[in-house]
Parts: sequence; structure tokens; C-alpha cells
Amino acid sequence: TSVQCDWCVAFPWFGMDIGGTLVKLVYFEPKDITAEEEQEEVENLKSIRRYLTSNIAYGTTGIRDVHLELQDLTLCGRKGNLHFIRFPTHDLPVFLQMGRNKHFSSLHTTLCATGGGAYKFENDFRTMADLQLHKLDELDCLVRGVLYIDSVMSSGPSECYYFENPTDPDHCVQKPYLLENPYPLLLVNIGSGVSILAVYSENNYKRVTGTSLGGGTFLGLCCLLTGCSTFEEALEMASEGESTRVDKLVRDIYGGDYERFGLPGWAVASSFGNMMSKEKRESVSKEDLARATLVTITNNIGSITRMCALNENIERVVFVGNFLRVNTLSMKLLAYAMDYWSKGQLKALFLRHEGYFGAVGALLELLHPS
Amino acid sequence: MCAHYARSVETSPTMAECGRVDSHTMDKSITLPPDEIFRNLENAKRFAIDIGGSLTKLAYYSTVKHKVAKVRSFDHSTKEAASDKLYEISVQEEVTARLHFIKFENAYIETCLDFIKDHLVNTETKVIKATGGGAHKFKVLIERKLGLKVDKEDEMSCLIKGCNFVLKNIPHEAFVYAKHADSEFRFQTTDPDIFPYLLVNIGSGVSIAKVESEDKFERIGGSSIGGGTFWGLGALLTKTKRFDELLQLASKGQHSSVDMLVKDIYGGSYGYLGLTGDLIASSFGKSATADKEFSKEDMAKSLLHMISNDIGQLACLYARLHNLSRVYFGGFFIRGHPLTMHTITYSINFFTKGEVQALFLRHEGYLGAIGAFLKGAEEDNPNQYSWGENYAGSSGLMSVSPDMYPMQRARSGTFDMLEMDRLDRQLVNLPLLQEPSSYIPDTVDLTEDAPAREYWLFCFEDALDGVVKRAVASQPDMPEAAVRAEKFRQKYRHKLQTLRYQPFAYGSLTVRSLLDTREHCLNEFNFPDPYSKIKERENDVALKYYQKVVKSLEELSWEDRQFALVRGVLAGNVFDWGAKAVSDVLESDPEFGFEQAKRQLEERPWLVDSYDQWLERLKGPPHKCALLFVDNSGVDIILGVMPLVRELLSRGTEVVLASNSGPALNDVTNGELQILTERIAAMDPVIQSGLRDDRLTLVQNGSSSPCLDLSRLDKALAMVVRERKTDLVIIEGMGRAIHTNYFATLSCESLKLAVIKNSWLADRLGGKLFSVVFKYEVPAGKPSQEAAVLTP
Repeated sequence: TSVQCDWCVAFPWFGMDIGGTLVKLVYFEPKDITAEEEQEEVENLKSIRRYLTSNIAYGTTGIRDVHLELQDLTLCGRKGNLHFIRFPTHDLPVFLQMGRNKHFSSLHTTLCATGGGAYKFENDFRTMADLQLHKLDELDCLVRGVLYIDSVMSSGPSECYYFENPTDPDHCVQKPYLLENPYPLLLVNIGSGVSILAVYSENNYKRVTGTSLGGGTFLGLCCLLTGCSTFEEALEMASEGESTRVDKLVRDIYGGDYERFGLPGWAVASSFGNMMSKEKRESVSKEDLARATLVTITNNIGSITRMCALNENIERVVFVGNFLRVNTLSMKLLAYAMDYWSKGQLKALFLRHEGYFGAVGALLELLHPS
Repeated sequence: MCAHYARSVETSPTMAECGRVDSHTMDKSITLPPDEIFRNLENAKRFAIDIGGSLTKLAYYSTVKHKVAKVRSFDHSTKEAASDKLYEISVQEEVTARLHFIKFENAYIETCLDFIKDHLVNTETKVIKATGGGAHKFKVLIERKLGLKVDKEDEMSCLIKGCNFVLKNIPHEAFVYAKHADSEFRFQTTDPDIFPYLLVNIGSGVSIAKVESEDKFERIGGSSIGGGTFWGLGALLTKTKRFDELLQLASKGQHSSVDMLVKDIYGGSYGYLGLTGDLIASSFGKSATADKEFSKEDMAKSLLHMISNDIGQLACLYARLHNLSRVYFGGFFIRGHPLTMHTITYSINFFTKGEVQALFLRHEGYLGAIGAFLKGAEEDNPNQYSWGENYAGSSGLMSVSPDMYPMQRARSGTFDMLEMDRLDRQLVNLPLLQEPSSYIPDTVDLTEDAPAREYWLFCFEDALDGVVKRAVASQPDMPEAAVRAEKFRQKYRHKLQTLRYQPFAYGSLTVRSLLDTREHCLNEFNFPDPYSKIKERENDVALKYYQKVVKSLEELSWEDRQFALVRGVLAGNVFDWGAKAVSDVLESDPEFGFEQAKRQLEERPWLVDSYDQWLERLKGPPHKCALLFVDNSGVDIILGVMPLVRELLSRGTEVVLASNSGPALNDVTNGELQILTERIAAMDPVIQSGLRDDRLTLVQNGSSSPCLDLSRLDKALAMVVRERKTDLVIIEGMGRAIHTNYFATLSCESLKLAVIKNSWLADRLGGKLFSVVFKYEVPAGKPSQEAAVLTP
């Protein structure tokens, strides 16, 4: 995919994806600014660039994912670095206030935004920060972003990876995957909720289905069950817990495998099924509950995905979305589930920039309107 | 009815509490009334038990002795024939097979086992088939108490066996649930071909099976998010222990305070994809915060939506992958709970846009027990027979639902029952049904038609005194008949009351089901044929007039005779003890004669009148064979129908007379008709030669109902119909041609004729009392060849 600029879009270059839980922001930092340009550049623009590139955290909740930064990228004929920033959607007012303080609106830039928040907060952008949003469909942006990042990453560290030996915990290792000729692929975006897309070409995709049991459900339930308040905390607990104390397994019912139907004893028969008993409710830890929640949500996404792959006759599945951020546990579970239940037919693939594709798609739309 | 049982076993407040205990606390303080629960236990032959997480379902096969009325011709060669009786009526004891299914809370299992042990006297059985998650838990207890060896059967295959059985044997077993429709329950007509289907069983987890035939099924998938998840996670979130209480919480909650909706993300709908704003984008998405409290109700509701939607979605994905459109749901998560049926239905509709319907089963809770029972009873070949739901002995749908009419009963201590009678013969479709899969016997669905329901329930209640009187009068030699009749009254009245509030209790409520329920209740209290003597008297009187009627018909011109024959059938049909208006006239004026009846008839043009077409048709070549479903005894059959039979035979048309296998009101039974036909044959050479040459055949229809279900007829009848290449079906009487089959379409010519003897119904149909329906139909698209010959 080559993106060429038809005309010069004024800096700053942003792409924004306002989701139910997180706002994802990508920012292109030009590194080839000529002295001449530098002189003409207004102070506001410089200050924004400095602020974003010299910090890795913004306020109390904004974070720049430095490890995802793409350096020496050529975009629209300009060379520079692509930065990846996120903050919680509920802090959007703080962001808008900052935009107002920094007189962002004086830059007369178009702000391309996608995600539901682009619609929900359009008015706030206008009234609080005097900014006009250019709203874009989130799935269009997602698909565009995935295909773009994959194309530009072919030289550097592999964007796409998978788990080798997913059913063997001792030998399960992350391996790069060359996503050449990616079509057709099933794209599963796990944010607060989940969308599943079948992508047949750059411009041809459809939303197959979605489920409301997603990252938001994991965090929401964990908060209720354990009193935690952040995704990181919830994941931390999950990594220390044991879900088999919470879930009822096939072997809890049948004493072993349910051979007649090929169900292994370790398979979960009823998520949270052991919690029907008062004694067992009293004996589980918060960590166990967090782990069970993670396993429940992840396995469910796995089985819906697998059914969609079968119905759509697609063998390659790419999982993206911020639920997978720092969440190797879920990724391995998904890799396992895809491999085991499809008897090796399905391959679970993951992308390093897991949650940022929508924002990247929005940025591309700014530079190269489709 | 179940309220009745609830009352009878509920002895103390501790009882109710006992049911609230999570673990299987045994309650031994209750005394079970033997004539109401575990009936016929002393003759029980074979047992099966299905023990779930909270409910136990017990199945047994038993023989029931009950009285049947038999008629027998006197031996005219001997002197005893001097009796002035037409034939001998005797009440005999007959033994029939019955399947009993009882459902109760696990807390009563020990009491129930003790009770069974005490009452089990005649059994030779050594094993009890067991299935369900709790079977192993109670294995020792069962073996010790009953001295039977527990033989475990696979749960899934039991479920499927049970499902096939109810789908085949119980009409209106499956229904669609529509919360906001006029009738919440829309019962499905039984497609004779029940396969293939998808069965989604929601227990603690979810199992999804594809069923392709009686013996072939495959577990194609499942999910761990099921009833156990709702219960377990719900208990953690709300500190509420019981499943039913969790559901009640959910029914009061608002999920939008916990769930992140599309509009919470978009501010409105996501128009591009057509996702409305109220759609859930992320279940529990709003609870991802430490500083807010959420109500138990709201969390329970959100959880219910999450789980129902998820199951619905997976069911749709499996249905699509396997190209199946019939999806049945069962398991404790459903168990007749309106709320879960609603959320599952909603989910299925959402994900399939109406392509797949979520179907539920009236006897869903019994599937495992039925299946386990069938596995143990293979030597009795239960699948070889047809079985019928006994309305007298079965609790209706929702009898134990926590959400409906909580005032009527205490939840715990309720025993729900299903009884099925083995029918003497196997029942099949009439081969001449145009579209068997869409045939609906009943003309009006009282479940949906509220004014009609009100009228008929009132009407049956109003007629109850008369029925009781008639029942007592039919057994003058039995002093305890009055007591039994009183019990009958109570039972039937209770049924009517239940149906007032739960019209869906036994499937679609219809005039037919009301009549059949009454017959079942009468049988239950050993009133096998309250009209036997009246029928005999009427038959006797009518026979005396037979020759005179035939003679006067013969004197008429051909065309006049055809009309007189039709009028004769209609006038005969006015004699009907089943209809209240007529029974009033008849009881006050027994001399009410055939001629008078003719004068009562409406003049042409009749309310429905295709007599001219019928007459034209008769001018053409004779029919090959006519199948005639007859109605009443006496004047109707003898002076109305028989002359028509005679005319048909004379035309060269073979005649098959189909009458009831067992008694219902004053309808002529096959046994009676045999004798009557012989007597007529003795007077009438046409009838005699018809019998001799096998051109007149008497068959039974397989039922004991005043109405007629053409999808459940005696297999032998179907065979005769096919062999004789029947090309005309005549259905006579209000019960068979108006209450049922009025809209039935057949693949051959048909004639439906009846006199409307109920002023409300006459009013409904735009006519008046004694209006005539004469409906002659030729199947659309295939005009008969004869008709083609007639009109060049």
C-alpha cells in the first residue's frame, strides 16, 4: 500500500479513535522539517509537538506507548515518527481543556476522528475546544489501519505474530508471522465490546457479528467481584489466580473426560459453575475470580470467532483491540482455543499495535481521503 | 390443578423454608396424599429417575384399571333375546398402560422414596434407570430405599430420546414465546416430520445437539456460559442464593445502568451498521469503576441479558452452520421461566432477523426422565405405540413457574405431573390432508381469541351441572356414583378455572381441548359412557323408523331425493345431546321428532351453501370411495346418515364409515355402529349387500373425542383410505366440521355439513340458531376429472 499526498496537508497530523473505554491517538512527528519550515511554524504547533514527544505520560492517565513508536516512517512524502497515545474516554474533557489552553483551534487543522465518541462528543469538541471533527466510520478505519501498519512494518520487527505449539504450555512461543496476501481474513476487534469482520480485500469487508462480552465486561465484572479499578490491576490478579476453583470443569461432572462427545476433562463445563455452592463461594480468592472472568470472556470470544470462521470459511484470524494489551494470558488462550477446537485448522494471529488501528485509519483518511 | 397439590402437601411453614435451603435438606414431615401424587404406584412396573441440580423427575410405567362401556349384540338364536333391549351394555374393567411423570424439588426426594417403597407392591422390576447430574449423588440412597439397582444413562441421549417422544406424541408440545403478543404462547402444529432439529440444552453449561433421526444425533457444540454462570456469578454479585430469586431480581432491574449501550458510546445509534442506540455494546461496561454502587436488580438483569444473548448467538451460529431452522431450547435455565424465554427469543430474533425461531417445549423438564424411562422400557416397545396426554392427570404449563400467579401457590412443595395414556392404536395422518405440516384441526384458537375464550369457558362451566346429573343418572345401581360425580365436578371446574388464567396450560385452548378434558375427567372417575343408555334408547327408536324413511325417500324423484337426503342428514344432526340448546329441548320434550327437526332447519340459501355444486357433481360419474366421519347416535346415524350411505352404495360408490373408538357424549361408537349396521342390513338389502361385498366398511377413527383431529387417526383407517382410493370425504356435525376442520383442506373432494346448535357460535358466523353449513369443496388447482367431463 503506498500512500501519496495529493496536496500538502498542514501539520499537525493526528488520528483519533474515541472508544467506549479508551481514546487512542496517533500523532505523526515530522523529522524532516527544514529550517525554512521551522521559521514559519507557529508557536502553538511547536509546543504541541514538544509536549507530546518529550513526555511519555500526560496528566494522570494519558500514556504514550513508546515501544510501539514507528520511526523513520515516510508518510505522504514526509519522514518522521508515528507516536501512539491513549487515555481513558472519561478523561476526554481534560483533553479538550488542554486543547483549548494550547489554542489548538488556531491551527485550523482537520481533526479526523473515529469510534463512537466521534459522534457522541462532536458537540463537546466544538463548544469546549472550538474544534470541528471529521467523523469517520470505525470499521473502515480499523481495516485501513491494519492493512497499512502491516504493509509498512514488513521491513522492521514483525507486526504480526502467532504462538507456536499453542496446546503445549511448555513449548508455546511467540513467533513472527509474515502476513503476505492476507485475504480473506477474519478480523476480531476486542475493545469494550467485540466486532468480528470478514475482510476480503482492502475495500471489501463486512461485519459478520459482534458480542457484548468483551474487554469492558472483563473489567466491569472484575471491578464488581474484586474491587479493583484498573485493567492492569485486574490482569495482575488474574495472572495469580486459578480459574478451576471457580469454574465447573467437565471432570467435575464426569470424573474425567466425557468421552462419548470428545470433551476433555479439563474443559470448562460451566463458567462460574462452582459458585453455585455457598461453600465454594466462600473459599475462592479475588485472584481466582479475576482469572475465571478472564478465561470466561476470552474463551467465549474464541468460540464465537471459531463459529464465524467456519460459517465464513476463513482460516486466518487476526485478533486486535486493547483487551489484548499486555494480556499474553488471553492471547495464549485464544491461540489454544482456535487450534484445539479446530483441530489445527484455524490460526490465531496477533498484531503488535493491537488497539491503535482505528486511530491510524483515521490519520490515513486525513492524508489520503478515500 | 397444581395449586391443589401444593395445598395438599404444604403442611407447615417449615415446609416452605425447607425448599429455600441450598443443599438437599430432607423433609420428612410431609404426608403425601396417595390418590393424588404417585398414582397407580401399586401397579408400577418400571422406573426411571432424572435428578437435576434442584429438581427430581420420576417416571414410571403403570397399568391402570378403569371402567369401559362395552356393547354386545344379544344372541338372537336363543330365547334370552326376548329382552326388549337393542343390545347389551356392560361396564367392564379394562387395563391400560399409563406413563406417569412427576417433578418435585430435591428436598423431598427421601420422603418420596419412602412413599414409593411403601406403596410399591406388585413390581417385579429390579433396576431403576437414572440420569441427570444428581444421579450419582443419590445413588446410594435410592438403592437402599427402593432396593433397586441404579443404572445410569447418558444425559444427552436421554434428553433427545425424550424430546423425540414428546414431539411425536403430544400435539402442541412446542411453542414460540412472544411476551407482548395477545397470546404469549404460540403453539406449533406438529409437523409429522420432526427431524432434523437443533436442541440447545441450557443446564449449568450449554450443550448443542443436532438431531437427525430417532437414533442419530450428534453433540455439535456447546458453551460454558450457561445457567451455572447465571447462578454462580449472580450469587457472587448479588449475594442472592437461589436461582429463582435471582430471576426475580432480574425481572425488576434496569440493565442500562450496568451495561454500556451503543448510545453510551455513540450518543445515539450506530447508523452506519444499523445498530440501535439501546443495543448492548459491552455487558457490564459501566461497572468498570471502583467508585459506584450498582443495585442487585440491575446487575442480575445485565447478567441475564449477557448470558441469554450469548447463548442465542451461539445457537444461531450453529443453526446456520448446519442449515437448521428448528431450534428447541431446554434445561433448567429455561424451565418455563417467561423471563429467560423472552430474553432467549429476543436474542434469536436479533441474531437471525427472524430466520430461526426459538422454540420451547411444554414438557421440557421431563425430557431426561422420559428418555431414561424409554431406554429401560425398550422391551415394551413404547415407540411402537401412540401415546396421548391425559389432561385429567397432568398439570398444565406454568404450574410451578415462580413468576406467574404467585398468589396461587407456594413455590416449594409443588408437585408437577404429566400422565400419558398408551393408545390402543397407532395414530397417523389422514393421507388425504393437503398439507399435513400446516394442518390445524381447530377452527378457533381460544388462547388468542379472548371473547371466544370467555364465552366457551362460561359455557362449559354452565353445562357442568347437567353433565354431573347425567353422569349420576347413568349409573343408577351404584350408590357411590354421586360422590364420584362430585369429584369429577371439582376436578373439571378446577381445570376450567386454571384455564381462565392460564389458557395455554395444555397447548392452544380450543373447544376440542375443553371437550376432551371433560371426557378425560369423566373417565378418571369411572364414568366411561354416561350416555350409553340414552344412546341405546335413541338407536332403538330410530331403527323403528328406518324403513319408513327409506321408503319415502325412494318415492321421490332423483333430484328431490338428493335434497331430501341432505336435509335428512342435517335434521338428524339436530339431535345432539352434546349441544346445550338441544339437550334442553330434548329433555323437556322427548317426542321431538325427526320431522319437527326438519322444520327447525334454516331454509335455503343456507349460511354456507354449495348445494348446487354438490348436486351438479352428483349428476356426474360416481365417486370411487367415500369416507364418512359420523357424529351422533340415534336419529342422526340411522335416519340421517344411513340413507345417504345407501344412496352412495347404490350409485356404485364404496363407503367407509369412520366412528369413534371410544365414547364421547352421544356420539356413536364403533362398537354400537357395528350392531346398528347389522340390524339395518337385516332390513335393507342394499346395506346388506354392501357389507357382504365389502363395499361398506366400518372403521374406527382412533379417538374418543366429539371433535376430530385428522392428523391423529387410526393407522388402519389410513390404510383403508389409501387402498380404496378414497376420493370423497364427508365430515358431519358441529364438533367435527365446525369446531374442527372447518378450514381443513383435503387433496380430494370434501363435504362438510353441520347444523349450528349454539346461538353464540351462530352469531359469530353471521347466522342464527339452526343455521346450516353445507360446504362442498373441490381441491384448488385440480378440478376433478368428472367435473371436466361435465362441463365441456
